[in-house]
Amino acid sequence: MKCQFCSQPATVHLTKIIDQQKQEIHLCQDCAEAKNFVKHQELNLPALLQNVIGQFLDPHLDELSRLVCPVCGIRYMEFRTQGRLGCPHDYTVFRSGLEPLLQRLQRSQRHVGKSPRQGPAPTPQLIEIAQLRRQLQSAVDAEAYEEAARLRDLLRSKGSHG
Amino acid sequence: MNLDSLTHTSGEWLRGSGPESDIVISSRIRLARNLAAFPFTNRASTSQKSEIEALLRERILKLEITPRLGYVNLPGLSNLDRQFLVERQLISRELAAAEGPRGVALGAQETVSLMVNEEDHLRLQVMRSGFTLNEAWEQIDQVDDMLEQRITYAFSEEFGYLTACPTNVGTGMRASVMLHLPALEYTKQIEKVFRALQKINLAVRGLYGEGSRASGHFYQISNQVTLGKSEAQILEEIHSVIPQIIRYEREARNAWLRDNRQGLQDKVSRAFGTLCSATMMTSEETMELLSYVRLGVNVQLVGDLTIPTINELFIQTQPAHLQKLVGMSLDGEERNTARARYLRTRLREAGVMPN
Repeated sequence: MKCQFCSQPATVHLTKIIDQQKQEIHLCQDCAEAKNFVKHQELNLPALLQNVIGQFLDPHLDELSRLVCPVCGIRYMEFRTQGRLGCPHDYTVFRSGLEPLLQRLQRSQRHVGKSPRQGPAPTPQLIEIAQLRRQLQSAVDAEAYEEAARLRDLLRSKGSHG
Repeated sequence: MNLDSLTHTSGEWLRGSGPESDIVISSRIRLARNLAAFPFTNRASTSQKSEIEALLRERILKLEITPRLGYVNLPGLSNLDRQFLVERQLISRELAAAEGPRGVALGAQETVSLMVNEEDHLRLQVMRSGFTLNEAWEQIDQVDDMLEQRITYAFSEEFGYLTACPTNVGTGMRASVMLHLPALEYTKQIEKVFRALQKINLAVRGLYGEGSRASGHFYQISNQVTLGKSEAQILEEIHSVIPQIIRYEREARNAWLRDNRQGLQDKVSRAFGTLCSATMMTSEETMELLSYVRLGVNVQLVGDLTIPTINELFIQTQPAHLQKLVGMSLDGEERNTARARYLRTRLREAGVMPN
């Protein structure tokens, strides 16, 4: 089918219904853009995905909106507006909200594929370290330097977990 | 690491070699990784970001990779140098524009680049010329294994490698192939290809990634899904679809030659003539014209020019590259003059005359 305004192939097909009268219009991309029927298409899939995260309505939103990560302090609703999680532990804390979202974004909820050769890290220890790091940051921000020094020593004694 | 030494070369991905390199410019794989015991970059304080950077930099520089990686501290670079790295695809626009402690480790051949404190703590990237996804995977997998022996990655059995954005979780892998598709674009069949790709969950983007326009008729095709499929499955999906797109592009080129050889010859010659004689040239116009000349070389309508030379002109006429070549900062209009002068000189040096 050819565009009604030039001889290029028609790729945009519109149907108008006015007073129960049906009218069809066939245009090529250039004419459709020139006549403002369609916007010039920017290829921006991640931005579209961002919208999906923001607009995704889950049934337990009330319950979820009360969730706060004890490790990094991010609230579930902050994640929903920003589209970014605060720390690895959020995948555990926000799990009931994330699973349906992952199903929608990724069409899956479970990892298949490579895993670290060392095996997964010892989680409770890592959470403790991450929490200590957050307390240390708060102490530094509050200029509570004695407390900060104590936390820094404690962190050092836990060893370096990269 | 001295960035100026890179200025006069065109980098691995534009070397113009490797399988199907008339249509496939480069193959790239990126892995997103995070440290287990730190908040993600967007939630880390400046001092935490410093700590993350120091830790990763130390581990990265100990890697036994030949040639050895050099580390570039991004806040210490001028805007021009950051832009220069973006144009070479060694860092993302996001890393260039971010704030706070961050950097990139680069190999001398520019195949490996490891970004620190991007959206995720670590973004590994391997980029190679031509259709070489499997080789790129082998290399990045090896670097990832070596790093993993020195770093505790954020990983869960259920969700895989944990990332700041749930669109990357699982394998954390984005595999992409950059294609030059002038004939599919000219015959407007490209939209059909896109729709077909989107149906099988592959994404299409322009040359410089998210939101960028497909200038120079370059398109990046990459996987959208990172969870629930293994790395091998994801690579196989891309591997099975690219040869079809290559075939469509070749068919479109042949049809164009068969049905309107004179028209194509005219388009290529005009593009060539403009590049050889214009005195003002925008980056966008340069990309478009070089694209037609590249097509002309591939279908043997242009003789004396090689693909590596054209690839080099693509990169050297980008704004930051041009300013580094000239050795001074230039405003938009000055750049257009300098770009046109550079193109004229280079094409004359190559001893080329338009047909």
